Amino acid sequence: MTIHQLSIFLENKSGTLVKVLNLLKQEGIQLIASTIADTAEYGICRIICSEPVRAYEVLKAAGVAVSLCEVFALSLDDEPGRAADAIALFAEEGISIAYLYSFLLGGKGVLVFRTDNAEKARTVIESNGLGIIAEKDLSKLV
Amino acid sequence: MIWNNNKECMPREQMRELQGKRLHKIVDYLYHNVPFYRDKLQQMDIKPEDITSIDDIVKLPFTTKQDLRDNYPFGLQAAPQSEVIRFHASSGTTGNPTIVGYTRKDVGVWSECMSRCLTAFGVTRDDLFSVAYGYGLFTGGLGVHYGVENLGAAVLPTSTGNTEKHVRLLRDLHVTGIACTPSYALYLAETMEKMGVTKDMINLRVGAFGAEPWTENMRKEIESRLGLKGYNIYGLSEIMGPCVSYECSEQNGSHVCEDHFFPEIVDPETLEPLPYGQPGELVFTTLTKEGMPLLRYRTRDLCTLYDGTCACGRTSVRMGRILGRTDDMLIIRGINVFPSQVESVILSMPECAPHFLLVVDRVDNLDTLTVQVEVRQEYFAQGFDTFEPIFKLERELAAKLRSVLSINAKVQVKAPGTLERSQGKSKFVIDNRILK
Repeated sequence: MTIHQLSIFLENKSGTLVKVLNLLKQEGIQLIASTIADTAEYGICRIICSEPVRAYEVLKAAGVAVSLCEVFALSLDDEPGRAADAIALFAEEGISIAYLYSFLLGGKGVLVFRTDNAEKARTVIESNGLGIIAEKDLSKLV
Repeated sequence: MIWNNNKECMPREQMRELQGKRLHKIVDYLYHNVPFYRDKLQQMDIKPEDITSIDDIVKLPFTTKQDLRDNYPFGLQAAPQSEVIRFHASSGTTGNPTIVGYTRKDVGVWSECMSRCLTAFGVTRDDLFSVAYGYGLFTGGLGVHYGVENLGAAVLPTSTGNTEKHVRLLRDLHVTGIACTPSYALYLAETMEKMGVTKDMINLRVGAFGAEPWTENMRKEIESRLGLKGYNIYGLSEIMGPCVSYECSEQNGSHVCEDHFFPEIVDPETLEPLPYGQPGELVFTTLTKEGMPLLRYRTRDLCTLYDGTCACGRTSVRMGRILGRTDDMLIIRGINVFPSQVESVILSMPECAPHFLLVVDRVDNLDTLTVQVEVRQEYFAQGFDTFEPIFKLERELAAKLRSVLSINAKVQVKAPGTLERSQGKSKFVIDNRILK
């Protein structure tokens, strides 16, 4: 039900992001989605990519402050209002979203997010029959 | 004006005779009351009767900050606990602060010397004097406080913090004198400007500034913004606190209270005494102290001593400005900070790598300390995904640093491998304060 995401601690300094992306490039690993959350001094770069486990090992070996996490990825129809409907289901159960980002892939909308209660979120997804994306399907698309 | 004409203007030969007598007495007292000094003197084959004049001081052993640490908390205390009426503590480098006990006589000597300082600055019984050094374990607040009372002027014990209230009291009570760090004086001026209080609306005429290095330019700025005359005051808690030396109206160096604190300048490498006029490490021997007398205490401050009768009439030796330190100690908002203290805190946090950088700045005339520290890669690998664990780590580190350093430091987490690696200890520090 979850997919792998790389979370990378980066300082707000030119060149730090390029270093990470070049490491992935050299290994032929492709980005599917990425986002950066920032504060005044540093940020977290979150990446969904073609081979997350290998990417994690590569970055770790290079000394990058990286972790491999599991996040939910919902597949939604590409039409207005679907994200609102999906998130409302979590809100009704009192589940908070820690962060969220979305992208379009293969004619579908994809919502990637972390909640403050993974167990409850899992139940919401199952009981409402929400569409999920499996990691192997993501990799197939790239 | 002179508080104690007899002592401050004593002919040199008479002063040296007095110093010799007192030195003999203090060596005898230490020999019989402090095992640390007895052992040292015995090892050097020195008996109290060998010390007959002040010239014999060169035979005596040095005392260092490390000796104070090694003998924490009471190892160097000479007076019995029943005779001690107060303790002060200053920050230590390894978690052990320096503890100094004062007998009733010590507090009396302190007040006497402090009265000499204030009188030299032109303070009289008619003044209302605000003491804006921190009150507490730090010697600044209570030290100046007792001196003002001893002199007969009125004290306003404002301490630090709540600067707006301080400005209102300065204005409403017609306060005429103030003691604080030079950087706080500038912060006070800034606060006044924000509040729309001009220097013509207050009555300050005398400022006693010390506890941190400052410059002639800072003096000019403080004087023009607060409308007062600023004087330098020097002291250190190991020897007494503020009162050890002070400027007179000539402002040609700071007069040392030589009948109580004997100053020497030594070569910091060879420890050979240097003549007046040559810069070196300042060393003090307490000649009359009972609680914790120290022989030839190495202050680590670099300066020059000058002799010769001053135009003010005082005959005492004068200290030039502090030129620097022989160790890596920083003075931040009047508080002594050693990089090794920060290091010990960082090493106690398993999340942190032993790589850090201290950045000292002066923002709005107040010193700020930022501690940059690298976090270990393993820490991130253990499921790091949001900012919260980083913020939490920064808060924990800041709280630990505050309890060890007694000042607030801003903590900045750095990614592994991002801080410059260096050999020299001084590279741990970037001091952006302009003190030239």
